Amino acid sequence: MSKRRLSLQGATGQIGTILVTLLGLLILTFIIGRMMPADPVRAIVGEDATRETYEQVFRSLGLDRPLWEQFFYYLGDVLTGDFGTSIRTGQPVIQDILHVMPATIELATFAILIGAGLGVPMGVIAAVNKDRWPDHVVRVLSLFGHSMPIFWTGMIALIVLYAKLDLVGGSGRMDQFYIGLVPETTGFLLIDSLLAGEMDVFWSAVNHLILPASLLGYSSSAYITRMTRSFMLDQLGQEYITTARVKGLSKHQTIWRHAFVNIRVQLVTIVALAYGSLLEGAVLIETVFAWPGFGQYLTSNLIIGDMNAVMTCVLIVGVIFIALNLLSDVLYRLFDPRTR
Amino acid sequence: MTSPILDVKNLHIRYGGASADAVRGVSFTLGRERLGIVGESGSGKSTVGRALLRLLPSAKITAETMRFEDIELLSLTEKQMLGIRGRRMSMILQDPKFSLNPIRKVGDQVAETYLRHFKCSRKEAGEKAIAMLEAVKIRDPERVCEQYPHEISGGMGQRVMIAMMLLADPDVVIADEPTSALDVTVRLQVLNILDSLVRDRGIGLIMISHDLNLVRNFCDRVLIMYAGRVVETLAARDLDKAQHPYTRGLLAAQPRIGGARAPLAVLDRRPEWLEEVSR
Repeated sequence: MSKRRLSLQGATGQIGTILVTLLGLLILTFIIGRMMPADPVRAIVGEDATRETYEQVFRSLGLDRPLWEQFFYYLGDVLTGDFGTSIRTGQPVIQDILHVMPATIELATFAILIGAGLGVPMGVIAAVNKDRWPDHVVRVLSLFGHSMPIFWTGMIALIVLYAKLDLVGGSGRMDQFYIGLVPETTGFLLIDSLLAGEMDVFWSAVNHLILPASLLGYSSSAYITRMTRSFMLDQLGQEYITTARVKGLSKHQTIWRHAFVNIRVQLVTIVALAYGSLLEGAVLIETVFAWPGFGQYLTSNLIIGDMNAVMTCVLIVGVIFIALNLLSDVLYRLFDPRTR
Repeated sequence: MTSPILDVKNLHIRYGGASADAVRGVSFTLGRERLGIVGESGSGKSTVGRALLRLLPSAKITAETMRFEDIELLSLTEKQMLGIRGRRMSMILQDPKFSLNPIRKVGDQVAETYLRHFKCSRKEAGEKAIAMLEAVKIRDPERVCEQYPHEISGGMGQRVMIAMMLLADPDVVIADEPTSALDVTVRLQVLNILDSLVRDRGIGLIMISHDLNLVRNFCDRVLIMYAGRVVETLAARDLDKAQHPYTRGLLAAQPRIGGARAPLAVLDRRPEWLEEVSR
């Protein structure tokens, strides 16, 4: 009974923290919007507008009011789901983002699956063989992943694997030929093409996804490997590992049944954060691969000073990170009995 | 004494990267008795215990012989060694706070020893674990099985450890400072449980400790180690008649309830003991 009350208290406390974080995030977004060296009025009326038109728009945007008042207008708009209209596309920002987000989610999800699928086992292998050759190999591999600029590897990979060897699809989400063939229901091309029963489109999409996702995955696996290695080394030095060995467990059993289960919590946290930074926009890779995703959307709006769009993008990145943190908190409780 | 379970002759252990041996020419035998190994920190007593189970991956272990019954332990492969650990020889570690896996249930961890060495179902192993927890005087073992290590006390944790290590019915148990992490009040209780189990099952016990009184009360024979060597071997009841100045020094450095309030003697370490050979 008292245990349940405690967890209820924890939940309300957590909701409170989230609300405060969100408010802070909104304030930050608002400040970023106002500090941007771009004139939102000029962006709307254009260079040739008269002074009257300019001032009329200036007032209609509420820019003549005090800053705190403007903030409350902004807050009201956001709470009612109104994120404004993008100047560049003329559409509601939220609609634009709903359109580009699935492309990024698709890319980021595949990338993190590759990154974690590669990084976690490599980290474990390196830790178990500390200072022997597998450890050195893994460390060199992850150093490469860390230090090679992704736009460069992206271009080289495109030249070699697409242009020369024709093993994978080139830029974009699918071959030119298929564009517009599949109706956009979820926005996730892999799902949409399956729903429409267009297997050709599906395989074309997979073919286009595989290279950028692998490159992103490799680069985030570098970080995941390093962290896994150090978490694992930490656990392998613990006394309960000796206990497991005294019981007669093999090396393999000791590692997976005893040490690895103890690093799951930390792993979830860092993988979630890596996923977050992939979602936030792999701007460089999206540019190199002409991938119509969130990163591209954000940067192109940033360059022309489309304030509403930029503010909403920043807000979304913040919300993604809050959500991932929340998720890893929940998993923490699931995996670690000491936090229950 | 009938033929010994363990026979160790001229054991040398050097840790990887070290310039000198941590253990230098230790010899002893163990029958179905309780053998104490005492010495100060760094004297090599724990190292000997771990070397017997070949748990020191980075250390170089050499000996004229390190025999368990008729098995030469040093010539076994790691795979053969897995069949010895837990099943024929096991070890009770110092502090249950660290030696139990924090995120696995107690029952699971105890039963694992049995599952590892006997062909049986999970359920069967679980029943064995519960019976063993009862044997170490844990009331309500079914409930304890479902708990996690942080939910039980230190004394109970150490009893769980004893249950885990005796479950597969080994012939030799090494207890490495089994009570030094426990409160004085539960220390005796845990030791009595260990003692009666070891006697009933005819297990050879090696008790590694720095507590002279404990060893005096719970062991038959005592080895005194200093700087990687055995300086003296005595029957536990003759501890007071120790000849070696180092042993005498250890005894003199002990406080006594009701004794004089004068400052305790300071242990005097002489360089010539470093080269002395065990008598």
